[in-house]
Amino acid sequence: MQVPAPFEYERATSVDQAIGLLERLGGSARLVAGGHSLLPMMKLRLANFEYLIDINDLHTELGYIRLSDDEVRIGAMTRHRELLESDVLADVFPIFADAEKVIADPVVRNRGTLGGSLCQADPSEDLSAVCTTLDASCVIRGPGGSERLVTMEQFYVGPYETAVADNEILTEIRIPRKNLPVGSAYAKVERRAGDWAVVSAGAAVWLDGGRIRDARVGLAAVGPNTTGLPEISAALRGHEPDESLYELAGAIAARSCDPVTDSRGSAGYKRHLADELTRRTLRKAVERARS
Amino acid sequence: MSTTQDAKLTEFDDNDQKPIGFGRMLRKEDARLLRGRGRFVDDVQLPGMLHLAILRSPFAHATIVSIDTSAAEASPGVKAVVTGETLKGLGLAWMPTLSNDVQAVLATDKVRFQGQEVAFVVAEDRYQARDALELIDVEYDVLDPVIDVRKALEPDAPIIRTDLEGKTNNHVFDWETGDEAETDRVFASADVIVTEDIVYPRVHPAPMETCGSVADFDPVEGKLKLWSTTQAPHAHRTLYAIVAGIPEHKIQVIAPDIGGGFGNKVPIYPGYVHSIVGSIVTGKPVKWMEDRSENLISTGFARDYIMRAEIAATNEGKILAIRTNVLADHGAFNGTAAPVKYPAGFFGVFTGSYDLQAAHCKMTAVYTNKAPGGVAYACSFRITEAVYLVERIVDVLAYELQMDPAELRLKNFIQPEQFPYTTKTGWVYDSGNYEPTMRLAMEMAGYDELRKEQAEKRARGELMGIGISFFTEAVGAGPRKNMDILGLGMADGCELRVHPTGKAVVRLSVKTQGQGHETTFAQIIAEELGIPPADIDVVHGDTDNTPFGLGTYGSRSTPVSGAAAALVARKVRDKAKLIASAMLEVSVADLDWVKGSFQVKGDPGMSVTIQDIAFRAHGAGDLPDGVEGGLEAQICYNPSNLTYPHGAYICVVDVDPGTAEVKVRRFIAVDDCGTRINPMIIEGQVHGGLTDGVGMALMEMISFDEDGNCLGASLMDYLLPTALEVPDWETGFTVTPSPHHPIGAKGVGESATVGSPPAIVNAVVDALKPFGVRHADMPLTPSRVWDAMRGQATPPI
Repeated sequence: MQVPAPFEYERATSVDQAIGLLERLGGSARLVAGGHSLLPMMKLRLANFEYLIDINDLHTELGYIRLSDDEVRIGAMTRHRELLESDVLADVFPIFADAEKVIADPVVRNRGTLGGSLCQADPSEDLSAVCTTLDASCVIRGPGGSERLVTMEQFYVGPYETAVADNEILTEIRIPRKNLPVGSAYAKVERRAGDWAVVSAGAAVWLDGGRIRDARVGLAAVGPNTTGLPEISAALRGHEPDESLYELAGAIAARSCDPVTDSRGSAGYKRHLADELTRRTLRKAVERARS
Repeated sequence: MSTTQDAKLTEFDDNDQKPIGFGRMLRKEDARLLRGRGRFVDDVQLPGMLHLAILRSPFAHATIVSIDTSAAEASPGVKAVVTGETLKGLGLAWMPTLSNDVQAVLATDKVRFQGQEVAFVVAEDRYQARDALELIDVEYDVLDPVIDVRKALEPDAPIIRTDLEGKTNNHVFDWETGDEAETDRVFASADVIVTEDIVYPRVHPAPMETCGSVADFDPVEGKLKLWSTTQAPHAHRTLYAIVAGIPEHKIQVIAPDIGGGFGNKVPIYPGYVHSIVGSIVTGKPVKWMEDRSENLISTGFARDYIMRAEIAATNEGKILAIRTNVLADHGAFNGTAAPVKYPAGFFGVFTGSYDLQAAHCKMTAVYTNKAPGGVAYACSFRITEAVYLVERIVDVLAYELQMDPAELRLKNFIQPEQFPYTTKTGWVYDSGNYEPTMRLAMEMAGYDELRKEQAEKRARGELMGIGISFFTEAVGAGPRKNMDILGLGMADGCELRVHPTGKAVVRLSVKTQGQGHETTFAQIIAEELGIPPADIDVVHGDTDNTPFGLGTYGSRSTPVSGAAAALVARKVRDKAKLIASAMLEVSVADLDWVKGSFQVKGDPGMSVTIQDIAFRAHGAGDLPDGVEGGLEAQICYNPSNLTYPHGAYICVVDVDPGTAEVKVRRFIAVDDCGTRINPMIIEGQVHGGLTDGVGMALMEMISFDEDGNCLGASLMDYLLPTALEVPDWETGFTVTPSPHHPIGAKGVGESATVGSPPAIVNAVVDALKPFGVRHADMPLTPSRVWDAMRGQATPPI
């Protein structure tokens, strides 16, 4: 059994109380939600915090999926399993269910949360790619009830680093609906079920008549951060979707990403996957938008 | 004798038929294990028990300049901090390995692999022990490591084993088998010669339960009790006696329930010795339980053979000879677990299941700055490597000759009338009937249909592969005339006692790690004596309560101890017959044995059961002249030969042409392990081994960066297969009994691990045929498959 270094532990009873604790304890404290990334790092002593503030009781406050005409709001404590099993979400953005099916395993999905996944800011993390694909924005709450809204691009500062300050909590993700037929899809290549992605890609396509009004692709595991690819969006807008367009998007994806060779695969292979998975997810997204 | 049976006939019947003897029945130990009532080493709690944690080297190769333990000693709850210098004073800094090398118990001069033991802390709880490790200050002078095994023997390579007097290189041993001149002659006259470089990467057994021990030294009695995760309790006890100087009768080794071994629990690890030293030093029981990373980075690895395979054949596909040159990476200490006279284990069976004219192997083993080991990871002493070599190179030959790989194999099998068959490397295969096994596998697979489907798919650009492997294993070490481990002959004792009421206890030297011994051995006794398995207690894993024997690995339990159990039961039956003759007042010659009772010939109404006889043996009244009271016997069984199970495996894969992902769609495994004692347990072992094979073929590898950092130090980095990577296994069987084993059984524990990797790799390579791929090394991760598709395959070194 791997054992962590000594730490103190407190269960938060409300978001504001948790922020109060963070305010007092500063960088020596860390929030723990599902804990499936944090606790292994602590056991391996790669991460050592003096205080853990357990926010699992905040699931009642921050565990929700709410649909309005304009947007989808998802609470940061919503668990993977809830994202996987939500019919309303699957109806609007099936990309979530696609991704959740290939995230870790049922044990992790029962416990892990959307907010925890995003705040871990692992460049290979799937929900970050999903949120990037969907042009989500993040609600960050700080002391005194202050709230700020940041884009995914602003949210990610670097690998394992986010815009959330020591005394703030990510509380919600908002995804615009754009009032158009939309299709979305996610694909991941992994060495084994439950592994982090070798490469994964998400795509979302909004159709207007037969043409693409907007399209977005998000890639994971091919750079320091989950990357949205504005060049693909620009290349696809206004066009009728077809294979040559997917090919173009794939080519852009392959040349725009920045993978490194590691035990999951060579940089060349990952670049190829960026191309291949971009084409596959766009194809699927368009298919879904049409149906 | 050899028979072929249809796999479908009885295989799916009710699996708890409660046989009195052989047959399908639920495992006796499962009630305990499934309800969480098993007792593993980490469950052992003793009054006053302390906890031990090990400080390990962060470097692969470095001189230890100084160690300061003062802060750790002052840390809360710490009772002792021990370094190599402390052990040196006690003469315990080094210990023998299983291969006549030595290994550091704690490093004194320098560290030789990342994860090597440098110091240990004993404290009141595990957290305190672990926290104190952070306070030990070690100053290292980092040295260049030897990581690429191919450079280990270069003249300017750093010398790893400076502890060995006069050592001027990293050479461990050279080994050779077969006839070089004759092999060269056959090669020179062959129509076709095919050569391929084949790597079997370093993998790890990764049992679910990591290694650990609880040592309790009683200073008054001078007795050491050691609960430990060992597959070979008796061998360990003798070695502790030799190393630590504690008299053997004052050492009790207890292997309680063991959560998987796969060879990982054959060696003696420094941690076991640490717990013993810790208990002696503190006067308290001391528990050491390694964590997952420690298990992966420091305990016995497996494989790590770089092989050049060459095969010679006629144009018509008659295989003439095989020769191979192997470079073996043994890590920092030669800790290979194999009979002493077999430094390459049983790799000599690389001639496979084929009737050859000649064969030759040359091997060089070297030290590198990696963890020591080379264990029998479900490999029957390196047969996994041997079978992979021959089954891969035969497929390469089929590729070159443009022959169907099944047809090529069928053409070259050793024929039934050739058994016992002596191979060109001197192994005597006891029995075999290969063609029916192969034909059954092909029939179950629908081989011809699969080839048709493949052709259609290829025409559409889809990638489907069919891979075959046919293996012959050599298990059940072994005859004591040439097989021993550090001088201990590989024969097994067995004791059987029938209680007055006809219940029985059988005591074994072998130790289950999940193989189901408590059921299988009860069934063997049941078959011989007619006592129901439920009435037979199987005692094992405690040196104070079991006879001597060498333990469980290399699929040897059934071939060796299984034979001992059958023979000891027959001894009891012989004595029971004498008592029965007195009870029935007839001569011994007038008695027939009908399972469970003796009957008077021609008068079945006149009979006594084994239970009646047991009571009489312990009861009032005189027994026949010369017959002692009680009903018990003991034996030590020395096998006259190994047993040679075989099998035919067929794997079907689909490869995604866009992502290069491999999906194992079907896997057909037909095993012939001779007489089948419990088909359910056999299937369970086969399922496990096949899953293992998927892991090795597709994802598992312990790799290192150029500084010698182990890149497989957690189960997030060292991938093990899950249920999602494996298909529904399709198993079948044939039965070719072993002629020299009392019940004709051959051992099956490792067959599937041995036989499955080549089938899977052959299938993937077959799928990639349209790209002109002839060989690709494991692990066939998507990235490596994609490289192969592009003609850029690289060896996993």
